[in-house]
Amino acid sequence: MRKLFIIAALLAATGAQAETPRDFLTRFEKEAGGAASAERGARFFNTKQGGEWSCASCHTDKPTQAGRHAKTDKPIAALAPVANAERFTDAAKVDKWFRRNCNDTVNRLCSAQEKADVMAWLLTLK
Amino acid sequence: MKRLIPAALLLLAVSAHADNYSLPKHAVFEEECASCHMAFPPQMLHADSWRAMMGDLAHHFGSDASLDEKRRVAITDFLVTHAGGRKTGTTRDASGKPLLRITETARFEKKHREIAPATWKRASIKSPANCTACHARAAAGDYSERSINIPK
Repeated sequence: MRKLFIIAALLAATGAQAETPRDFLTRFEKEAGGAASAERGARFFNTKQGGEWSCASCHTDKPTQAGRHAKTDKPIAALAPVANAERFTDAAKVDKWFRRNCNDTVNRLCSAQEKADVMAWLLTLK
Repeated sequence: MKRLIPAALLLLAVSAHADNYSLPKHAVFEEECASCHMAFPPQMLHADSWRAMMGDLAHHFGSDASLDEKRRVAITDFLVTHAGGRKTGTTRDASGKPLLRITETARFEKKHREIAPATWKRASIKSPANCTACHARAAAGDYSERSINIPK
């Protein structure tokens, strides 16, 4: 019992770092109430959705590579989890960047389905 | 004459130094403000400009740069603490409103008046906000004459 308590406390303490990219896919699918589509995610990522930029404007259409900020030209580390182990491991960061970048590209917050689709596509990249 | 040389050297040293900014360390500032652009020295704007900018991060030069309140306050405090002094010159517009763009401040305009409009538009430069394009050591706060290299 005591051991279990310690493990639970440890898990709680490291909670912020405990996520994996798959956890986000699971979370977004649950929120959306349906399965993700990598194909839909690819289309969403690579085409403009009403804003001046698409996701690919900064992350490129091959997010296993580094991108560049469309306006400032600052290098952006690769987004795909296979190329960058730091991506999608911290819920606060993931939520912050989806909020900001969806407002910049879609002019609104993204739906859970859109986020699930993009996650699914990013996870197919090798 | 002998005395003039050290005086001239001293002046040179002082004027080179004037284009160096000490970059105070602040982990949250670096993480949040240097993701999309380089970390601009807090000394380049006065406190009221930083306060105005940090008051509307959801509309940050056309991008949503919104932050949670705790981080927003921490970064505002940091910027205000290290904001510009006399050397910075005015960072208000003609009507007295705090300027948000460093590139519109009097000091920036004075320092860059020899740069032709077409130069800013070069693919290798893109924007006057891209300090590093010409000031190779800008990220370290070094804007001195000797580290300038204007790319073709």
